[in-house]
Amino acid sequence: MGTTFQDRTMTVPEIHPEHKEYWDAAAEGKLLIKQCDSCGEYHYYPRVLCPYCMNDKTTWKEAKGTGRIYTYSVMRRGVPYAIAFVTLDEGPRMMTNIVDCDLDKIHINQVVKVVFKQSGDQDNPGPFIPCFTPMSDE
Amino acid sequence: MSIKGMAYIAGAFEHPTRKAPDKSVAVLHAECAKGALEDAGLNVSDVDGYFCAGDAPGGVLSMVDYLGLNVRHVDGTDTGGSSYIAQVSHAAQAIAAGKCNVALITMAGRPRSEGRSGVKQKMTVANVPDTPFELPFGPTAVNEYAMAAMRHMHEYGTTSEQLAWVKVAASHHAQYNPNAMLRDVVTVEDVLTSTMIADPLHKLDCCVVSDGGGALVVVRPEIAKNLKRPLVRVMGAGEAPKGLSGGKVDLTYSGAIWSGQKAFEEAGVTPQDIKYASIYDSFTITVLMQLEDLGFCKKGEGGKFVADGNLISGVGKLPINTDGGGLNNNHPASRGGIVKVIEAVRQLRGEANPQVQVKNCDIALAHGTGGGLASRHGSATLIMERV
Ligand SMILES: [Zn+2]
Repeated sequence: MGTTFQDRTMTVPEIHPEHKEYWDAAAEGKLLIKQCDSCGEYHYYPRVLCPYCMNDKTTWKEAKGTGRIYTYSVMRRGVPYAIAFVTLDEGPRMMTNIVDCDLDKIHINQVVKVVFKQSGDQDNPGPFIPCFTPMSDE
Repeated sequence: MSIKGMAYIAGAFEHPTRKAPDKSVAVLHAECAKGALEDAGLNVSDVDGYFCAGDAPGGVLSMVDYLGLNVRHVDGTDTGGSSYIAQVSHAAQAIAAGKCNVALITMAGRPRSEGRSGVKQKMTVANVPDTPFELPFGPTAVNEYAMAAMRHMHEYGTTSEQLAWVKVAASHHAQYNPNAMLRDVVTVEDVLTSTMIADPLHKLDCCVVSDGGGALVVVRPEIAKNLKRPLVRVMGAGEAPKGLSGGKVDLTYSGAIWSGQKAFEEAGVTPQDIKYASIYDSFTITVLMQLEDLGFCKKGEGGKFVADGNLISGVGKLPINTDGGGLNNNHPASRGGIVKVIEAVRQLRGEANPQVQVKNCDIALAHGTGGGLASRHGSATLIMERV
């Protein structure tokens, strides 16, 4: 029983010039987030200018890649998939998908870790996308 | 400068169609414009300000040209479905500043004929900064609002039964509206047994997909007083965009906490003074959260507030969406804001369907949430009074 995760075609994101490092790191299985050199805050999605103080010096940091599910919803139309927000251990919450698990067992506060899935399809392969998978059923 | 008392809503028109395969969107805009001007008793030559949003094909320039307007003030503010509520405020501001005397607001669209719906994944729009970090995950209208609902349930114990009551109230009102898209009265059980679309939202937690539109005419006080229609005066307004705050995401509240407070301050009234409220109902959760954020009940108590018929006219304490709302009546162009103002005007004029008309309806509120509750949305609140 349950709702088994199935791969689906993820929309290929538009690559903006300031995100080259982010997508290059994703291809190597690393999740980058930005930290402001001035106020010290982490933010996501990554900007060149800090969204908290507009300082124009922000630095890429590799996230630990672990966090907890803040909220989620399983789409029941078509191939089922779970959209979610995950709170990273570093603080920021990011939109993502919960993958490689029984979608019916997903719950808020579940501990998850990042896994990367390639966007697009065989004819039009896109960058790797940070998804999350439960570290246990707890 | 306040807009309190500076403008009146003199004309309001809701297009009766809910499916328009044989009409272009521009025609629907024009028919709405004509309807609202006739309702006000004004001519197109009286219009000197024009307002429209993203549903208007070609924007203000194409529409002004197409409608044959001669205007000296235009506004193309787009905050999704709440745009038209904000535009009433902008029209009042323009009138107060002497920039125009008769402002026409139009909206229309035909998502039903064009096969669009809330389960379709959002498409890439070039250069929009957030899309690369969201679109791969398949955000849709439904699963975004569903994520807000899921968190609300987790934090406050809100239940699917409580959400269902919002739909039950809408269906009770819609049965009296001959133009409503769905007129069957439904029960809590009907909502809970309808197809699950995106956990925890069922099919009947979602608004209709309808073609149609509406228009409003906002005028200077001296002009309103020379017209034959009942007087509906703008008392106060507020607007607020809310987003994901660079990752400090909190989906338990909407921008209504800011827009509502501004509107109540300007109007000089409190939620207890509101006899009727049009509350944006893209989904049942939208209503519940906005009622909390606007101050009709405490945060977290929305579930209790909406239950047991409390939103049904003649039954509960706060009648809302007496036309049947977006859930049952109409959600033209997937943007419900203008219909929210129109039904509030009907209530203030005493022209709502008799079975749902609120007695002594002297102060009403219209509130909208346009865009995505779990990404970026524009909140707009408008408070009006009958004079
Ligand atoms: Zn900063």
